Amino acid sequence: MYRILFREDLTPDIHLFKVEAPQIARKAQPGQFVIVRSEERGERIPLTMADWDEKEGSVTIVFMEVGTTTRKLALLNAGDSILDFVGPLGRPTEIGRFGTVVCVAGGVGVAPMFPVARALKARGNRIISILGARSQELLFWEDYLRSVSHELTVTTDDGSYGRKGVVTEPLKELLETVEVNRVIAIGPAIMMKFCSLTTKPFNVKTVVSLNPIMVDGTGMCGCCRVLVGGETKFACVDGPDFDGHEVDWDLLMNRQHSYLDEEKESLELWEIKISGR
Amino acid sequence: MAEKRKTNLSRVPMLKQEAEVRKRNFYEVALGYTEEQAIEEANRCLQCKKPLCKTGCPVNVDIPEFIEALREHDMPEAVRILKSKNSLPGVCGRVCPQETQCEIRCLLDKKGAPVAIGRLERYVADWEQAHPEVMGKQKNRVKSNGKRVAVVGSGPAGLTCAADLAKRGFEVTIFEALHVAGGVLMYGIPEFRLPKNVVQAEVDYVKSLGVEIKLNHVIGKIATPDELLGNGFGTVFLAPGAGAPMFLNIPGENLSNIYSANEFLTRTNLMKAYLFPEYDTPIKVGGRVAVIGGGNVAMDASRCALRLGAGEVYVIYRRSRIEMPARAEERENAEEEGVLFRILTNPKRFLGGEQGRVKALECCDMDLGEPDESGRRRPIPKPGTDFIIDIDVAIVALGTRPNPIIPTATEGLELTRWGTIKTDEATGRTSKERIWCGGDMATGAATVISAMGAGRRAAADIYAYLQGKS
Repeated sequence: MYRILFREDLTPDIHLFKVEAPQIARKAQPGQFVIVRSEERGERIPLTMADWDEKEGSVTIVFMEVGTTTRKLALLNAGDSILDFVGPLGRPTEIGRFGTVVCVAGGVGVAPMFPVARALKARGNRIISILGARSQELLFWEDYLRSVSHELTVTTDDGSYGRKGVVTEPLKELLETVEVNRVIAIGPAIMMKFCSLTTKPFNVKTVVSLNPIMVDGTGMCGCCRVLVGGETKFACVDGPDFDGHEVDWDLLMNRQHSYLDEEKESLELWEIKISGR
Repeated sequence: MAEKRKTNLSRVPMLKQEAEVRKRNFYEVALGYTEEQAIEEANRCLQCKKPLCKTGCPVNVDIPEFIEALREHDMPEAVRILKSKNSLPGVCGRVCPQETQCEIRCLLDKKGAPVAIGRLERYVADWEQAHPEVMGKQKNRVKSNGKRVAVVGSGPAGLTCAADLAKRGFEVTIFEALHVAGGVLMYGIPEFRLPKNVVQAEVDYVKSLGVEIKLNHVIGKIATPDELLGNGFGTVFLAPGAGAPMFLNIPGENLSNIYSANEFLTRTNLMKAYLFPEYDTPIKVGGRVAVIGGGNVAMDASRCALRLGAGEVYVIYRRSRIEMPARAEERENAEEEGVLFRILTNPKRFLGGEQGRVKALECCDMDLGEPDESGRRRPIPKPGTDFIIDIDVAIVALGTRPNPIIPTATEGLELTRWGTIKTDEATGRTSKERIWCGGDMATGAATVISAMGAGRRAAADIYAYLQGKS
């Protein structure tokens, strides 16, 4: 059992847990993930680590309520425990001295981007961040990301905060005006796809953090397989970071949506259970 | 004067659930012997002076001795004899290929049918579980010798090695990557062939010896083998198991609703997807399912698919029935339940439909040519025989290759050209001092009992090594 030390609601549907996991905290690196199973009947889901604290022995995860598993997780509070918490899994993000790095974070993707940008900045890179969300209510950690960036632009789809529009617009302007040595994009698949399409003509290496469905998260099942440069890769052990220009995005999104009907059925059943309590 | 009884040359049959019934449930197929049946079968044993059955057992179970105790109705003694050599008798009684190991060496095999050693082993193990009041009093734990050993993986190799060393006083910690102990016995072999409570009872026995099992510990990630050695463990035994599933490398293989057998079985067995939506992990089965491969895992996957509600299940295999690696018993069980075999059939590509879901499989017929390096006749495509099977789900059961996590996290560990860890078969030693290896990571995919044999041999060698260090 892994105790929740601290909980914060970042938006009504996005939550932060600090989880007691000292051994994972000691080994964690930017870009790695944990597999979480909240209770006996729960699914195993991957969540990229948002932060960790070796002294405190904690790992921070941030998640949005979207399905049964995340709804169940959201019922937990500080002092409660998560049944299973496995990590740190996946290969760490490459933290090199690249020059100017544009970090594009979409939605909940700002959470895993934070430690990546922090490490890249500490390594001496110039960090220009772009943070995008559908609207102001879904924005969080703008201050965190700003603290590890030299520049930051915020966009919202509806214009309720920052610049109105999507992240690819400021990204394109940067590519046209500044010498960009690397782009890192973390967020929904569709956002990472369009970031990769945007950078492709500029021939700027674009690293994306893929988020397919996983089961074990250790290379055993192959559920998370993705096609990168025409080769099948397992996101859990070969990734989750890949070259965005090489990823077959449509395949990834199809596979992510494999269980939409079941997810709906499961959630409906859960809502009936919860309302009966 | 007692009447001299003639030995019955046929074995006592074991009842099974009817095929029509069992193909729709996950309860155990084979129902086990009653006491009467077990004694009758045990009475067939000739009690050979030089028992050959024993020589066929990778963990050297004292077979005639436990059978003798059984027929003397001394069940606690039968349990004791069995468990002194085999910490997982309930598992082995169910899933060992006895027909190629102990039973094939039984003298009665040539006269009729060999003694049903596996069934008797299962009977004794099940008796123990049913009589905790008799067996519970035993003290399993021995005094610690203060030496610590790390075991990576809680499958058959890891559990056996851990149990053997714990019985000799070592303090053993098993590191298991998943959230339950048992490895392939939990995620791979289905409930209807190996009930999970049987596995957990045997895991509990290993724990009762003093073995600590740390779940959710992926060695190579949370700690490397070198770090374990630096943290007070005298040696490390690596038994992380089968690793990564192999695919066909044909077009369309990443379409939705195409599973590796590992994923399909893990969802079903470990995550209990057959109880969805009561359990949260879903699985796709409906309509027509194609299982590709001819081994035991293909049989398990096809039979799971039936039980999950598939309409038709095809096993697609490129060679003929004779070359199929699956146990005859499992193949028969699958056929009885209605699994359809398409032999001499080679998959060429998957075709996709709506939303990137698989909708058909293009295949061609095969002929058998000259034997290849495996000794089996090589399958050769027959030109102009392409055809299409409509399917809704596919399961690829082609075996596994080694998982890269431990090799990449351990410097100085020599690998074979297949990517397995180079291991001395007799001792389990690797190229790296203080690190042993066994099970599928050393040999490539094999059986539960051969992994247990490797665990036993490594334990003996680790014992000798650490004794020398005292």
